Amino acid sequence: MMSKIVRTMSNILILFVFVYGLYIIMHGHLTPGGGFQGGAIVASGVALLLVAFGSHNLHKSLKERHLSILESGGGLIFIGLAFGGLATIFFYNFLVGSPIFGHIPPSGPNPGDIWTGGVIPFMNLAVGLKVLAGFSAILLVMALASSRKEVEE
Amino acid sequence: MTQGIPFNVPFLAVAALIGIAFYIILSQRNLIKLVMGLSILASGVNLFLVTLGYREGGVAPIYTHAPIERMVLPVPQALTLTSIVIAVATLALMLSLIIRIYRHTGSIDSEESRTMKG
Amino acid sequence: MRKIAMAVSLSVFIAFLVATAFLIRPFGYPPSQMDDYIIENAQSETGTNNVVTAVVFDYRGFDTLGEATILFTAVAGVTMLFRRKRRE
Repeated sequence: MMSKIVRTMSNILILFVFVYGLYIIMHGHLTPGGGFQGGAIVASGVALLLVAFGSHNLHKSLKERHLSILESGGGLIFIGLAFGGLATIFFYNFLVGSPIFGHIPPSGPNPGDIWTGGVIPFMNLAVGLKVLAGFSAILLVMALASSRKEVEE
Repeated sequence: MTQGIPFNVPFLAVAALIGIAFYIILSQRNLIKLVMGLSILASGVNLFLVTLGYREGGVAPIYTHAPIERMVLPVPQALTLTSIVIAVATLALMLSLIIRIYRHTGSIDSEESRTMKG
Repeated sequence: MRKIAMAVSLSVFIAFLVATAFLIRPFGYPPSQMDDYIIENAQSETGTNNVVTAVVFDYRGFDTLGEATILFTAVAGVTMLFRRKRRE
C-alpha cells in the first residue's frame, strides 16, 4: 500500500490505460495492433493497480472467479466463429460481402474504412478478452502467493 | 563464391545472444539466473525470425496510408507473435515451480535442493 | 573434468553459430513466392488493410487456435499450483 498521491493518480490513470488498450484491440484490422497487443496493454494497467494498492486490498474487489468467466467467454466466442463457416471449410471468413462488416476496400494504399474485415474484428475482440483475463489472473495469483502474510503462515 | 563473404550484422547479433544464453544455462547454479538465461535464448530466436523476412528498402505490410514501395514479408512477423506469447506462458509456469521448490526445500540452489540423490 | 568438457563443447557450438552467420544468404534478399501471393491478394480475399492480421487470423488460423490453448493451459497450471487447503 503506497502513499495517498500514488493511489489517487493510479485510480485516475487506469481509465486512460483501459480506453487506450480497447482502441488498439478494435482497430486491429486497419493499423498495427490487434488482440494480443491490446490485451497486454490492459494487463499492464492491472499491474499498475497491483503495485499501488497491494495484493490483499486488490483481492477484495477483483477475484479470480470473475476473471475466469471472462477468459472462458473469449475462448468460446473464438471457437464459435471458427465453426460458423463450416459450410465451406473450418475457419472460413463467411462475413465478407454481407452487410455486417462486409465492405471490400479498394486495392492499393487508401485511408482505412472501419466497416471492413469480415469476421476478423470479432476474433480480435475474443482473443483480446482471453489475453487480458489470462495475464491478469497470473499476476494476481503469483502476487498473492508471495506476499508477507502468506509467507508467515 | 564469386561474390565476397557477406558481413551481416543482425545475424551476428543473434549468434552473440544465443551464445551468451547457452553459457549462462551451462554454468550457473542459482535457479533464477537459469530462468533469465532461458529468457535471453527466447529473445534471440525471436530476433532471428523477424530479421529473416526483411527486404531491401521495404516498408511495413499495411495498406492504410502506405508509401509506394515494396513491402516486407508478413509471415515471419505472424510466427513471432505466437512465439512471444508462448515464451511468456512458459516463463510464468517456471517461476511458479521455483516458488514451490523454495517452500518445500528451503533453498534455491540447484545442488542443495536435490531430493533424488543416487 | 566437467569444466573441460563444457568449455570444449561450448566453443565448438559458438564457432558453428558464427560460421553460420557469415555463410547464410546476404541480408535483405529473401526467397518470397508465397508472400508475394499473400501481399497481392489479401485485400480482395479477406477484406482488411492489415496484411499481418489477415495472416494471423485467416491464412494461418490454426496456429492462433493452438496458441490460445497454450495460454489457457498455463493459467490453469498456475492457479492449480497455489491452491490453499480449506480450513473447516
